[in-house]
Amino acid sequence: MDAFTTHTGTAAPLRRTNVDTDQIIPAEYLKRITRTGFEDGLFVAWRTNEPDFVLNQPQYADASILVAGPDFGTGSSREHAVWALLDGGFRVVISSRFADIFRNNSTKAGLLTVLLPQDAVEVLWTAVEGDPTTAVTVDLQAKEVRFLDTVVPFEIDDYTRWRLLEGLDDVGLTERHLSDIEAYEAARQPWLPRALPALPA
Amino acid sequence: MPKTLAEKVYDAHVVRSAAGEPDLLFIDLHLVHEVTSPQAFDGLRAAGRTVRRPDLTMATEDHNVPTLDILAPIADPVSRAQVDALRRNAAEFGIRLAPMGDRDQGIVHVIGPQLGLTQPGMTIVCGDSHTSTHGAFGALAFGIGTSEVEHVLATQTLPQYRPKQMAVTVDGELPPGVSAKDVILAVIAQIGTGGGQGYVIEYRGSAIEALSMEARMTICNMSIEAGAKAGLIAPDQTTFDYLQGRAHAPQGADWDAAVAHWSTLRTDEDAVFDREVHIDAASLTPFVTWGTNPGQGLPIGASVPDPADFADEGDRRAAEQALAYMGLSAGTPLREIEVDTVFLGSCTNGRIEDLRVAAELLRGRHIDADTRMLVVPGSVAVKAQAEAEGLDRVFLEAGAEWRGAGCSMCLGMNPDQLKPGERSASTSNRNFQGRQGKGGRTHLVSPAVAAATALTGKLTAPADLEPAELTSAGV
Ligand code: SF4
Repeated sequence: MDAFTTHTGTAAPLRRTNVDTDQIIPAEYLKRITRTGFEDGLFVAWRTNEPDFVLNQPQYADASILVAGPDFGTGSSREHAVWALLDGGFRVVISSRFADIFRNNSTKAGLLTVLLPQDAVEVLWTAVEGDPTTAVTVDLQAKEVRFLDTVVPFEIDDYTRWRLLEGLDDVGLTERHLSDIEAYEAARQPWLPRALPALPA
Repeated sequence: MPKTLAEKVYDAHVVRSAAGEPDLLFIDLHLVHEVTSPQAFDGLRAAGRTVRRPDLTMATEDHNVPTLDILAPIADPVSRAQVDALRRNAAEFGIRLAPMGDRDQGIVHVIGPQLGLTQPGMTIVCGDSHTSTHGAFGALAFGIGTSEVEHVLATQTLPQYRPKQMAVTVDGELPPGVSAKDVILAVIAQIGTGGGQGYVIEYRGSAIEALSMEARMTICNMSIEAGAKAGLIAPDQTTFDYLQGRAHAPQGADWDAAVAHWSTLRTDEDAVFDREVHIDAASLTPFVTWGTNPGQGLPIGASVPDPADFADEGDRRAAEQALAYMGLSAGTPLREIEVDTVFLGSCTNGRIEDLRVAAELLRGRHIDADTRMLVVPGSVAVKAQAEAEGLDRVFLEAGAEWRGAGCSMCLGMNPDQLKPGERSASTSNRNFQGRQGKGGRTHLVSPAVAAATALTGKLTAPADLEPAELTSAGV
């Protein structure tokens, strides 16, 4: 995963609530077994069917920050939704509420999800609708979003922030605690089920 | 300190905890399917890692499987490649796989309980949001993403933060014709699709205790549609009776030890929930959705809402977009909405009891001439059981299609899809735009409403069916 420290780019206003992961990337694109190359599936139904969908507007074509309505990323656990956003050129999604699994997935793959209060989202929407070239800076070090004269602080837990800043892989971190895992395993109840060997139904 | 059931299960699985870091949680069972796992296995290979506990891992093929001709190779090359990748990965890493045609194959959330691999007090994960289904047994079960799948494969643990605790208490008696599906749709309509965010929901109260295991699974299944991390129900005699004798359930002295432990898995009297929701079971009626998220639902006696009536601007815009997509106008009684297709199946309602309820309504009757009904059992074992009971004949004689086991039209990764503009009444869990096929329109319903709807061609509650009309339909 790439480290994330600070990012400056333009932002696309996605004025929709409850953007589910089936909209971010539909199921047919999930048949692929690769981890990249999902940009063609990103919001494909809206991009195809709605000429004025925000990402169809040339002024937002190069946006790298998506500013969405509440409850972004609901539904399916597909991490492909995060990959598609990254492949589509986004480094940051801002919303006042994210679905838990989506948020979790984003932190594993290096997409920064920033929680801002809805009124700050509204101010940002207005700014980038007024001037799509507005530069927006998302500073993970300082934990703030800056645009025009506005500075909005955001919260993120220190551990996740550290991992993102360092671009660290969770598996490697957990492997440092192998002896704890072994100790736990040794104390498990003997009657807990095992999938192997298969038993007659 | 008093604890909730979810806190007890969580605490019992903490491998390591340190200030300023997430807890490391041990995972008792890792379920795997073909869609969310290939990139995780690639990650293992790239790093030269193995699967730490193949014995606590079980894989199945479900999302891509065709429900016709399931022993033939999959026609769609991309779907086939994905299933083949899972087969290679399972063989390479020594994981048990239930492939198409296997007696244990089926939707991942149907086979875990059926095999007795899902037990009270366990932690269970799967790269699939409806893993919450397994919470019906008093397990802490939740969906994860592909990076986390890789993490569990490699370490059998997951870094986690302690979730908040919510209680949804449903007291009283459900009226006839009102099922677990109606309960959970009503809960989601009440708290919203984001209402459960950050929480584990414990469903409790007399109406929940009266439910069968299968109905409890329907409720826990859709916890994710309320935004929750997981949903669970305290294990009781109903749970133990369901488990006893299943292939992977403990036996003999182990069984007694297990039951003794499971019996302690209850929320302490004075435990405190961060949020509580109360629902009066007697006030519920069959519930259907009218929009494009599972929170956009109403009792079947209601009409399509007017977006102008929503106070919140976001809700108003969402309702407008939903009505445009669904091709509905405000004020239309829900009962007048005509459907093209009825889908009975999925990990929400594809178990044997669901099929029995629907078959009972269809027995000796014929479905509407312009409506197609697809019946897709949740697993090979459910299919075999239904056939042993003669339910397949009931469905076929009523004019429905009887298919092989899999996810099918729940998400249309296989050929079972709606065409653009087609409308379904579906017992699955998501009415998102295009979920059942590009441009398809979905109304979420219970199995009983699905069967009644198939008979009339319009959204129908079982109680709406005229006895006389029914008899004549059977002739
Ligand atoms: S039946 Fe539907 S919701 Fe359940 S696992 Fe399959 S695709 Fe997911």
